[in-house]
Amino acid sequence: MGFFSSKVVVLYKQKRGNDTTVTNRDQRPKNLNLFTIRMPIPAIVSILHRLSGILLFLLIPIAIWGLNLSLKSAQDFDNVHQFLTTPMMKFAIWFCLAGFLYHLVAGIRHLLMDINIGIELKTGRLSAILTLIIAASLIILTGIWLW
Amino acid sequence: MVKSVLSVKHQGLTDWFIQRVSAIVMAIYSIGMLAFFVMHPNLTFDDWHNLFACVAVKIATIIILISLLFHAWVGMWTVFTDYVKCYVARFTLHTIVILALMAFFFAALLVLWGI
Repeated sequence: MGFFSSKVVVLYKQKRGNDTTVTNRDQRPKNLNLFTIRMPIPAIVSILHRLSGILLFLLIPIAIWGLNLSLKSAQDFDNVHQFLTTPMMKFAIWFCLAGFLYHLVAGIRHLLMDINIGIELKTGRLSAILTLIIAASLIILTGIWLW
Repeated sequence: MVKSVLSVKHQGLTDWFIQRVSAIVMAIYSIGMLAFFVMHPNLTFDDWHNLFACVAVKIATIIILISLLFHAWVGMWTVFTDYVKCYVARFTLHTIVILALMAFFFAALLVLWGI
């Protein structure tokens, strides 16, 4: 491809006889500014899957710490329970559960794509939208359940 | 070229496979846990303690810990390999992730052991 296009450029140059108007493949402007690139929905779904995955990795030690305390004694269990039911912590838990639920739903989408479901552009876009809708519904439901 | 993560042979396929299998196993366990929470709206210490005192739940939880260890490793490896171009930085991050995951695994194992 690179070879082909450079050859085309050479031919183009010969034809035009003017170097300044010719742009080589490698000299084309690049835009990697994430704030100006419009990401398609499947790309957003994919990057959120990664971000939620990193969040879940960081939450592992906190989860183990909570599991340890909650299983230690009835007194510690009540302490954890009391700590986690403060409004601020409830919101934090909701946020963490949201990350987990999103990662789960988007992960199921990936598994479906592994068995060739939703690999076309159209179906892929549809499944991405569905992922967002299902995950959002589950997150809202969890919020209702928590409060 | 696909680089090896967990094995020298079969290169990327093993990672792909481990990531998927562990994902399915953890998804099933999560649904089971969710069912437990839904069935116990006013969860007490005794309910919670009895759940993890059950040998089947203990074994399932240890399997989940192993799944989590591998799943998180493949995931974090992918993320760092994609975004961290400097070899030394990437190697350091990979090492930190492996050590952290092993520490998490043994910490959780000790928690379960004590019940």
